[in-house]
Amino acid sequence: MQGVKLPVTVKCEINVLLIAVTVLGLLTRLYGIQFPTSVVFDEVYYGQFVSLYMKRVFFIDESGPPLGHMILALGGYLGDFDGNFVWNRIGAEYTSNVPVWTLRLIPALCGSLCVPLGYLLMVELGYSHFTALGASLLLLMENSLIVQSRFMLLESVLIFFLLLAVVSYLRFHKAPKSSLWRWLWLFLSGASCAFAVGVKYMGLFTYLLLLGLAAVHTWHVIGDKTLSNGKVLVQVVVRFLVLVVMPAVLYLGFFYVHLILLYRSGPHDQMMSSAFQASLEGGLSRITQGQPLEVAFGSQVTLRSASSKPLPCWLHSHKANYPIRYENGRGSSHQQQVTCYPFKDVNNWWIIKDPSRQSLVVSSPPRPVRHGDIIQLLHGMTSRFLNTHDVAAPMSPHSQEVSGYIDFNVSMPAQNLWRVDITNRESDRDVWKTILSEVRLIHVNTSAVLKLSGASLPDWGFRQLEVVGDKIYKGYQQSGVWNVEEHRYGRSHEQKERELELKSPTHDDISRNLTFMAKFIELQWKMLTVRNEESEHKYSSLPLEWITMDTNIAYWLHPSSNAQIHLIGNSVIWTLANLALFVYVLLFLTYLLRRRRKIEDIPEACWEQLVLAGVVCSGGWIVNYLPFFLMEKTLFLYHYLPALTFQILQIPVVVEHLYTHVLRSPSQQKAFGGVILAALCSVYFCYRTFSPLTYGKPELTSEELAALRWRESWDILFRKR
Amino acid sequence: MEDSCGEGSCTQSQSCTTVRSRKPCMDTEKYREKGCSKKPETRRAARVSSTDTQGFNGTSSEKRLCKRENQLRSDSDHTPLCPLLSVAALSLCTRFYRITEPPHVCWDETHFGKMGSYYINRTFFFDVHPPLGKMLIGLAGYLTGYDGTFPFIKPGDKYEHHNYWGMRGFCAVLGSCLPPFAFLVVLELSHSTPAALITASLLIFDTGFITLSQYILLDPILMFFIMGAVLSMVRFNRQRLRPFSWSWWLWLLLTGVNLSGSLGVKFVGLFIILLVGINTAWDLWRLLGDLHLSLVDFMKHLIARIFSLIMLPLFLYTTIFAVHFVILNRSGPGDGFFSSAFQSRLIGNNLHSASMPEYLAYGSIITLKNLRIAGGYLHSHWHLYPEGVGAHQQQVTAYLHKDNNNLWLVKRPNSDDFTELIRHGDIIRLEHKETTRNLHSHLHEAPLTKKHLQVTGYGINGTGDPNDLWQVEVCGGKKGDPVKVLRSKVRFLHRSTGCVLYSSGKTLPKWGWEQVEVTCSPYLKETPNSQWNIEDHINPKLPNISLHVLKPSFLEILLESHIVMIRGNSGLKPKDNEVNSKPWHWPINYQGLRFSGVNETEYRVYLLGNPVIWWLNLFSLGLFVVMVSLCSVALQRGAKLEGTRKAHCQVLMEGGGLLFLGWLLHYLPFYTMGRILYYHHYFPAMLFSSMLTGISLDTFLQNADLLFSPAISKRILRGGQIVLLVGILYSFYLFHPLSYGMSGPLAHDPTSSMAGLRWLDSWEF
Repeated sequence: MQGVKLPVTVKCEINVLLIAVTVLGLLTRLYGIQFPTSVVFDEVYYGQFVSLYMKRVFFIDESGPPLGHMILALGGYLGDFDGNFVWNRIGAEYTSNVPVWTLRLIPALCGSLCVPLGYLLMVELGYSHFTALGASLLLLMENSLIVQSRFMLLESVLIFFLLLAVVSYLRFHKAPKSSLWRWLWLFLSGASCAFAVGVKYMGLFTYLLLLGLAAVHTWHVIGDKTLSNGKVLVQVVVRFLVLVVMPAVLYLGFFYVHLILLYRSGPHDQMMSSAFQASLEGGLSRITQGQPLEVAFGSQVTLRSASSKPLPCWLHSHKANYPIRYENGRGSSHQQQVTCYPFKDVNNWWIIKDPSRQSLVVSSPPRPVRHGDIIQLLHGMTSRFLNTHDVAAPMSPHSQEVSGYIDFNVSMPAQNLWRVDITNRESDRDVWKTILSEVRLIHVNTSAVLKLSGASLPDWGFRQLEVVGDKIYKGYQQSGVWNVEEHRYGRSHEQKERELELKSPTHDDISRNLTFMAKFIELQWKMLTVRNEESEHKYSSLPLEWITMDTNIAYWLHPSSNAQIHLIGNSVIWTLANLALFVYVLLFLTYLLRRRRKIEDIPEACWEQLVLAGVVCSGGWIVNYLPFFLMEKTLFLYHYLPALTFQILQIPVVVEHLYTHVLRSPSQQKAFGGVILAALCSVYFCYRTFSPLTYGKPELTSEELAALRWRESWDILFRKR
Repeated sequence: MEDSCGEGSCTQSQSCTTVRSRKPCMDTEKYREKGCSKKPETRRAARVSSTDTQGFNGTSSEKRLCKRENQLRSDSDHTPLCPLLSVAALSLCTRFYRITEPPHVCWDETHFGKMGSYYINRTFFFDVHPPLGKMLIGLAGYLTGYDGTFPFIKPGDKYEHHNYWGMRGFCAVLGSCLPPFAFLVVLELSHSTPAALITASLLIFDTGFITLSQYILLDPILMFFIMGAVLSMVRFNRQRLRPFSWSWWLWLLLTGVNLSGSLGVKFVGLFIILLVGINTAWDLWRLLGDLHLSLVDFMKHLIARIFSLIMLPLFLYTTIFAVHFVILNRSGPGDGFFSSAFQSRLIGNNLHSASMPEYLAYGSIITLKNLRIAGGYLHSHWHLYPEGVGAHQQQVTAYLHKDNNNLWLVKRPNSDDFTELIRHGDIIRLEHKETTRNLHSHLHEAPLTKKHLQVTGYGINGTGDPNDLWQVEVCGGKKGDPVKVLRSKVRFLHRSTGCVLYSSGKTLPKWGWEQVEVTCSPYLKETPNSQWNIEDHINPKLPNISLHVLKPSFLEILLESHIVMIRGNSGLKPKDNEVNSKPWHWPINYQGLRFSGVNETEYRVYLLGNPVIWWLNLFSLGLFVVMVSLCSVALQRGAKLEGTRKAHCQVLMEGGGLLFLGWLLHYLPFYTMGRILYYHHYFPAMLFSSMLTGISLDTFLQNADLLFSPAISKRILRGGQIVLLVGILYSFYLFHPLSYGMSGPLAHDPTSSMAGLRWLDSWEF
């Protein structure tokens, strides 16, 4: 009878525990997530992207890859969000069309599932179910994880994928060598790594840790002399494919979906190249669709600088001359200014003229301009030729001034011949193509290159950007490369007609598409290189402050009462985690040194288990924490949460090790059990104490709030009555 | 046979000191190697196997082993003298050839030459690098009769009658030590003379190393110490069987000395410290695992290393700074970078032996210095903010020079009672001495930092409004603490808006005379930008005390100068519009540096590595990785390797591994650096890369018999060596004008002497 009953009950017990912690996780994270119905902290940031997804409008966000935003947008999609909400202020009330519950649902679900994942991780590391229960309870009662999960933020999603990746890899590693299921676990691990990296770049470091672990395990496989060479090769190749190639492909996939979803032009268009913009519906393509592809003599064009530093801009000229003398006493040619102008303007139009002919219209058939051809560029509105000469440029005196020249002035000869140098040509007779060709304009007399210097002109130049001729131009510089963005074949012979023609929009219909890879590379590069200006923030903090939680973040304050939500962790857990890490390092070093002297305190298997647990937990903490010291961006306490999760998991590992291996006598073990119980109780107490700040309810009085300010450095808000 | 060969080559040595007889000498070398290749190799194998088994043998066999090892050692101690001498001679020749050309200041000579002069003149200056390199340059100049009078204003200035050759020659001597050192290191690691010769010829004939060694720069000095440390380290590693012998101590201490030298020249020296540290940790780990060694002996080992590799370098490093501070005791251009307390040490500075009241009181006239590095003095003048920039009131800025407009009068609000000391928490008004305007802030945005509030001068002759009130706060103080002149860090909190007086470090446009912006920041984090100290203090009612007592201690000075250096380093940010050198440019020799001359008419020197050598190095790095992977996979799979093959594996994995690690440590960190980077930062890594090339190419050629029959493989070995040598020499012949100077048309011109040699568009010669 008992022989039948026992396995059943044991099985049930595991399930019940796991289910119980899952349910508790769901309760703590999902309970009342639609409160408050106003914008909480960084929701104001992510929300705008969700709206843009809903409207299918293209954007660039340099903070992370698109998967995270897409996951949040999925919540909006499930709630039929139309994207109509102005995300401009923390604390703004949501309008009724914003599905607050579904928007916050997915991060909350991910956050809840971290609790059972912590449980599973402990089991996979070979620890007892008691320990696993302890781990999941600690994660359950960590206030900061709860707060971060309950809103439309990405950290909980990241943590979820990180834990999933580690758990499934350990499953794979422990599974019997013969089973085919294990490959499924490996597959899941690779996929979660890709998802984690896709949510935030920070996921990369845990991915590298996991790769390192996998490399060591693979190295053991290679050293396994019972396996044939062929089998070893298969093992190595499969692991490589699943853990390296597949995540890379998935990562590309995220961008693919991202670009499929966002096909409309939007506010960030101008950061991208013309070709990229032309691929978006509505933006540049509305203007450029159907432009003639081949630039011909007589073409009217706008020339866009390939460099977007400091701003994307177009070659421009206007009816104002360089001042005769600059402030510093240097002289100029006093000819018409040529600048680069960051806005669309009729003065951005230039006409390409054949120096040997007078005609300013495109002949029929058009004579295309090819690589190496000599051209003149005539400014459409003022009929000045683009000219450069040996006069120092206004802001960059090492380079030549570029001016608009007309033959009134006998004192200076015209030097207005330019050679077309197509840098991305395939052959030496390539035709200059709209948008696609990147062109350098090389001055024939001085071999200076037309270039955006990066400086802006002072008031006399209307603060537009300076354009110069660079004689010592070297290598490939984006600032010296231009492309034709808007283009039409000129038809008017008279200046008046021409001005009208220039003012009219371009038309015709053909569309040009970039390949996905080209778009991906451009977008990814832009995301990695675009830097927002270093911004100070009231709640920004330094990595060193995170360990001791010397800082907090106020997420939300009720507009009229003292109810507020803060990112504040469970102090007891943070202390325990620091302690556990310290004890672990101590234990590890002691064992390591003693083992080197052939003194074996614990059995080999136990040692290996301890090392593996250390690699996962302490290693996870290290790789998610230390990189922040090298980062120069504005940092917040929530950046520490992935590291904290791993650090918390270190607590039960150390506790179980101390309990089973260090404390030998039963009385000590009993006492230690008591300590553990007491610690758990104080964790619960701390969780309860801070839950008003975690959930935003109930409202506390000023005295109660003051009592919660356990640290001087915490910034808790008091409403003046 | 070995001996006779050695003799043979030594008799050659008399005639092979000149450059021209290099080839015959090399050929004999080859001959020697070929003739006796069998014997050394088998010996190497024996040596390897003996070290392999050494861990497992009992004490009884130790003696026998030692004896055998000693015998082996005495053989390998036989450093081939002829090649070494010719390497040294050749490197001296290549480095000293036309060393006085061009007779004008080149590139960074303008900095380091100037700093050498400062040492001779004993004027204080500031630099982002530690002082040893510049001190040595100064010493070399001093000893060769340079009087420190040349101003080194800008590159291109003619030296004329000034003695500059001494400083250049000193750098060149140190630079010439690199090839022989590398030769010895590779010989030590691979026990193969051809490998060592490959390395040495790479370094001798690299135009980059030659150029970098010929001028007054820190790099030859830095690399000398780096190579010195590597050499002593590998020599020390070899002494492991004779612990605590005098040679063991010698090399250990030398390693420590070289470490302090390299750190004393540039902070890049940290990387070599890291390499030595890793090597030492590995060595200690091995010793710890040796159960025949008692723990007491192990502790002896540990303490010996802690003493020689940590305590000794630390001591020497501090000594360098002590000497630096003792020598530079006069006020100079570096004063402004340092705090007021620091300045009081310098003869000629107005804080030197100045006396003033110690505690701030009402009625005092003061100057306030911002605690940010190179933070200015709080300043105001009659000019107003222009229309459209906040309120149209008087400007308040931070100014880096001493000026009467920096003086402020501390007043009690609404009263002229001038007696009491000012304490933490007091409310004060600051009146500008010259214009009698009050320091004022209000809810207008600041001119540049838009999130901050504008600070102006407002009111006149003692009138004002509540926006002129500031609360004094001593950092780290509590209510009632008095405010100390020079020593206290003070913040000024604006009474009505709660913001704090702040200097952003941004330069104002023309209307603000390009002085530094001062704002009132609503973010109350304690940063040096919002902290000020009181530098000048005039109050006739209070007794003046001498500031000698306030002089900072040596450790404080040391700490401060390090903080200033580190901040100065991270402050060297690349400017947006300049083309910056990126770490990935370096190994591919993408772009060099102009040392001298731009135009066709000028004498041009261009720092660029010999592309053949650099690309060979790049290729060898790949080759090394492939070979090591093959080796280790084969070993891991338990492949049975015969004697020589196993020895080669070991050389690759141990010697090569050490050098590869050195390369990584000297290269990868640059990717994480935010400061501006230059091409010449790669040269220390390049040293390791060249040594690695010697080992990997030699091993590669020697293992040709894996694919070919022994006869052919021998021919391949010899052919390969000859091709390498000829290639290096010919490429040096082609590119030598880069180092020794070019004039005439630039390379894109077909009439130029360098025509056709501009293989990459990015090269600028």
